[in-house]
Amino acid sequence: MNTIRSLLARREALLVLACLLLLVAITARFPAFSTPRNLAGVFNDTSILIMMALGQSAVILTKSIDLSVAANVALTGMTVAMLNHLVPGLPLVVLILIALGMGMLLGAINGFLVWWLDIPAIVVTLGTMTIFRGLAFVESGGAWVNAHEMSPAFLELPRTLILGLPVLSWVGILAIVLAVLLFTRTGVGRAFYATGGNAVAAVYTGIDVGKTRFLAFVLSGTISGLCGYLWVSRYAVAYVDVASGFELDTIAACVIGGVSTIGGVGTVGGVVLGALFLGIIKNALPVIGISPFWQMAISGAIIIAAVVINARGERVKGRIILRRKELPL
Amino acid sequence: MSDQSAILSPRHIPDRLDGPFKRALKSWETLLLAVAIAIAIANSLASPYFLDPWNLSDATFNFTEKAIIALAMTFVIVTGEIDLSVASIIALASTAMGAAAEAGAGTPLLLLIGLGTGLCCGLFNGFLVARLGLPAIVATIGTMSLYRGIAYVVLGDQVYKNYPADFAVFGQGYAFWIFSIEFVTFLVLALIAGVVLHKTIFGRQVYAVGNNALAASFSGVKVRRIKFIVFLMTGVAAGLASVMLTSRLGSTRPSIAVGWELDAVTMAVLGGVGINGGTGNILGVVIAAFVMGLVTFGLGLLNVPGIVMSIFMGLMLILVIALPLVVQRINNRRR
Repeated sequence: MNTIRSLLARREALLVLACLLLLVAITARFPAFSTPRNLAGVFNDTSILIMMALGQSAVILTKSIDLSVAANVALTGMTVAMLNHLVPGLPLVVLILIALGMGMLLGAINGFLVWWLDIPAIVVTLGTMTIFRGLAFVESGGAWVNAHEMSPAFLELPRTLILGLPVLSWVGILAIVLAVLLFTRTGVGRAFYATGGNAVAAVYTGIDVGKTRFLAFVLSGTISGLCGYLWVSRYAVAYVDVASGFELDTIAACVIGGVSTIGGVGTVGGVVLGALFLGIIKNALPVIGISPFWQMAISGAIIIAAVVINARGERVKGRIILRRKELPL
Repeated sequence: MSDQSAILSPRHIPDRLDGPFKRALKSWETLLLAVAIAIAIANSLASPYFLDPWNLSDATFNFTEKAIIALAMTFVIVTGEIDLSVASIIALASTAMGAAAEAGAGTPLLLLIGLGTGLCCGLFNGFLVARLGLPAIVATIGTMSLYRGIAYVVLGDQVYKNYPADFAVFGQGYAFWIFSIEFVTFLVLALIAGVVLHKTIFGRQVYAVGNNALAASFSGVKVRRIKFIVFLMTGVAAGLASVMLTSRLGSTRPSIAVGWELDAVTMAVLGGVGINGGTGNILGVVIAAFVMGLVTFGLGLLNVPGIVMSIFMGLMLILVIALPLVVQRINNRRR
């Protein structure tokens, strides 16, 4: 246990170091980048990714994967934006509850199919991701909901400053705190790890593996639903292709943060740092003057590098347990 | 993923097996074929233009490129891996061909470059998964970003369209009558894939790796080599699909073939290939390709927008997998 913990600690230290190096390199040429104000901006910009990556990490911990999170954002975001447009009198609280509830429902659909029918998560969410995004098109008819069609309250909330930080950032911070508590201090959180770490052992310990996966999907869906509102409100526009491809970013953040796709390994701190790492790069590219067209290739290269590093970490662990030559695989 | 049910319920062994005819009747391929026929009938009732041979011929263009990838994807999925980078390989190969065409390359060279780029991408995927032992989902999500990312770096918001006139033959030419070169290529490749997967030692080894990689390696199967080869196959298949698609469209943008990896996986899974590896056959995938082609084409005739079609695709993927399981559940409960 100690070796694992120190390994993970190393991973987080490594990420902090990587983020710092990145910041130093950027600041060397563009001192304005590392002003507290700009860094707060970067954090704010990354908040949605952090939250969704945390939801994704819960799913990945249970040895599943949720490819439908971005489509969930598009569908819930479009729904609340259209409701806001069509029924301007609806209080914001109701809209947010609708976003949460709808996201939860969409996540529950995924989770239910995985739990009850034992269909592999990648197949289920591959299907639901096209269905959710398609439904966003059906309900909007392909039309956009623009800023002037949204109510001021709807647009203001994520931007409202509390103690100098926008609400969006505070929601992100709250999500991190809640995730730490959930992952390390609750039965469900530990069940996530147990399910992915060793499903057979988990069953013998009395953990319902299917139900745990279901709960992970519900969590991921609920977070995506909330982020659906935050996304359309922050960017002040809702259209079908909102957050297109964002599911890959959430997975990338998890992988960079040291979450093992084989399940059972990963920490909240790692995921948050992984997301921040991506966020810093995304925000730095235009500053350094690199065309945004580079971003995709760079994040691809980073994902590959991160997986290679993860795999090396896992291999070391295997050797310690076996004390023999690795099994030929 | 069925860890729990495997522990809690012992495997059900029937007293005697069904006869070959009954088994064939109950098989996945028969179900798919029935679905395909039902869709074809529904389509011909819904639109008078459906049964026109040239219309049907046009319809094949919608899915042959994807189906060619799905054939190779079948091998990858049977080994228990997955390749999500195929669509990005198309984009990269298309970009490479476009750049070569700008520089004045002729059609044979373009074909080579397209296939070669696919091969190189497949090599890299194979290296990551088979050599370094990375989980295929994440590794190919990484290369998916990387390959298309390179296409974006090269092209940005530009477009390559200076392809030589005779390059159009791959995507627009006809072999004979209504049979396009694309379609005939697909049929030939399907035949080859069927023979290789079902009638060769290599094919059996692919199944062995997917069923139990450890047992396979103890039986002398070179697991890493098999995995490496199947990734080469998807790479080359994607390269070929890229040649066809580029030739059909006559232009290259970095956003070419976005989302096709999902279609290829859907085709394979719809065709009865178990996503956990070890099961499935080429015939099912070929029928599934036709089912998907018929659905897209029929909905297209009814003026259904592409994104709504994707809802049908998603629903079909889940329903076709879920329904037999639901039926099985209900039967088990009754027993």
